[in-house]
Amino acid sequence: MSELILAPLRKLGHMTINAIWRLGYASRFLIAILMYSGQSLMRFSLVIREVYFAGVLSLIIIIVSGLFVGMVLGLQGYNTLARFGSSDALGALVALSLLRELGPVLAALLFASRSGSAMTAEIGLMKTTEQLDAMSVMAVNPVARVVAPRFWAGVISMPILAALFNVMGIFGGYLIGVVMIGLDSGTYWSQMNNSVDLHYDVINGLIKSLVFGVAVTLIAVFEGYDATPTAAGVSSATTRTVVTSALVILALDFILTAFMF
Amino acid sequence: MKRTTIDLWVGIFVAIGIACVTFLSLKVANLTADSSGSTYVLSANFDNIGGLKVKAPVKSSGVVVGRVTGISLDTQRYVAHVTMTLDSRYTFSRDTSADILTSGLLGEQYVGLTEGGDPDTLKNGDSITITSSALVLEQLISKFMLSFGEKGDSHSSQNASAAK
Amino acid sequence: MHPLIKKNGLPVSSEFFIELRNVTFAYGKRPVLKNINLRIPRGELVAIMGGSGSGKTTLLRLISGQYRPQEGEVLVDGRDVAKMSHAELFAHRRRMGMLFQFGALFTDLSVFDNVAFPLREHTRLLDGMVRDLVLLKLDAVGLRGTQDLMPAELSGGMARRVALARAIALDPALMLYDEPFTGLDPISLGVIALLIKKLNDALGTTAVMVTHDVHKSLDIVDRVYFVANGEIIAEGTPDEVRAAPSPWVHQFVYGEADGPVHYAYPTATSLLDDLGMKGDAHV
Repeated sequence: MSELILAPLRKLGHMTINAIWRLGYASRFLIAILMYSGQSLMRFSLVIREVYFAGVLSLIIIIVSGLFVGMVLGLQGYNTLARFGSSDALGALVALSLLRELGPVLAALLFASRSGSAMTAEIGLMKTTEQLDAMSVMAVNPVARVVAPRFWAGVISMPILAALFNVMGIFGGYLIGVVMIGLDSGTYWSQMNNSVDLHYDVINGLIKSLVFGVAVTLIAVFEGYDATPTAAGVSSATTRTVVTSALVILALDFILTAFMF
Repeated sequence: MKRTTIDLWVGIFVAIGIACVTFLSLKVANLTADSSGSTYVLSANFDNIGGLKVKAPVKSSGVVVGRVTGISLDTQRYVAHVTMTLDSRYTFSRDTSADILTSGLLGEQYVGLTEGGDPDTLKNGDSITITSSALVLEQLISKFMLSFGEKGDSHSSQNASAAK
Repeated sequence: MHPLIKKNGLPVSSEFFIELRNVTFAYGKRPVLKNINLRIPRGELVAIMGGSGSGKTTLLRLISGQYRPQEGEVLVDGRDVAKMSHAELFAHRRRMGMLFQFGALFTDLSVFDNVAFPLREHTRLLDGMVRDLVLLKLDAVGLRGTQDLMPAELSGGMARRVALARAIALDPALMLYDEPFTGLDPISLGVIALLIKKLNDALGTTAVMVTHDVHKSLDIVDRVYFVANGEIIAEGTPDEVRAAPSPWVHQFVYGEADGPVHYAYPTATSLLDDLGMKGDAHV
């Protein structure tokens, strides 16, 4: 009988220890990336290439999602605010929700799903086809050549994508609130102006997206580099990237929000 | 993909990013109000500041002329000591009065300055002497109740004298 | 002692380009190689053969420095690879070329960029020189003209040849081949074998080839080593190996179904037992 209780507890213990061990491994990996980043700075074209694949190719999904989220915020926000006679505050509602929370978090989640998983798959596949080994045997450090440029590309792209998401969201809210429902355009923007503070909201949001960028990209490149070099291994690493990124984003969001707001 | 096309797109990408951040800073947030040149500091004491917060606007005739930068309790005289930073473009006379007003019926509170007639103006570090406190809801209600009660007394005494 | 059984306690000599002395390697808890002793003279083309999982690829990776032995020394050109620092290891690898099993070409670079990779990373040659060298190397493997193709557009045999061109880009002193013949059609097989032999003769490199393709290897190599259960159980020249009286070598070389390596999986029970018909008088 006690086995029934002990076995899942033991499994939980194993998983926790495993998670902590991986966290330590990932931190050492981060330090290795930072140490070998010198080459990325000198060979900036490598980073630029990765910014294209990670950032530019995510533009469509970010723009469309941002627009839709803004529109939904506009609709739902109006419904609730109208009940309290405060529909004038719609601009402020949309802007604050996006800048403080939704922009950084959703953009990071989308980035992890699209670019993070792509990075994991790419690096994992290079590991499986022995390309990383071939690089090491040719006396080129694969962390410096393959991993670090992708890491910096993610860190650079994330705040840009989050800012774009916010802008599209505010525009979506404008479309619904002013164009569709018919609120006063001046009120929309002026209420927003009055409530949004540069340092408190915009910059905090940017800091959040930067932190998320580091976390998500690190997870993506780490899972790829650490994947079991088989087809099944790469596929499970890709799944792990998306799941772990999502959990870490939400946990970090809570921690950062508690600190900042 | 040729190198140059990638470079072009990445350049556009970064430009979009900078444009978005700029847009967010200027159009969405209050960038202009805070950083328009030189400012000077004034202070005022209030019996009760009500719901006034730091960063609340300081307005004169409804126009924002500055921000509240500090609120503290003066422990010698037990009054609220408020410091404000005002735009140097606007100067006020020495007998300006500062009131704590509410925007709308139940909105957030701000400091309203009303110009007086004194030809001398307040300089950096000066203190506004004429102040009136915020309206606290409980005090308002108790005043109302009292006046209601008084009216009732005078009414009944009128009735009584009329009855006689 | 039969001439094909391994010899221990060989004297030390520096005319050997590669020497493994009492090397033991375990992967985690699983022992892979036990007390290996191996000497390969300069310029020799050597094949290491054995069944799957016998440890032959591990030997190759010990020589390249990708793995470090738990015990023993791995000497390449007189210097112990296992004790090299990071910088020394990278310098060592610049004198070495390795051909991976399926080529391991960088899929995001063209054939030209792949072959140019080691040149661009390790030399400061101008673009014109790099271009000439790349074309020379591609010509050496018979693939001049493919430089603008992407690896995905190449057949298996061609990809391996491009990988070979890349491996010899810096004219290495040591060439390592990991299963170069696996999975190729007979013509490509012939081409690769020819190239390996030609390069070895032309460049004077020392070459170690891990393979289990017996016949092609015996045609081109100078010496063969057989690895099984983590030990070198036989060695010799191709002629000595073909005449192998040792049963294991005989089974391996002639591809016999049953011999020292058993055909059937070892079980404790007989077939009749498993079918439930043990000693039944009615049957």
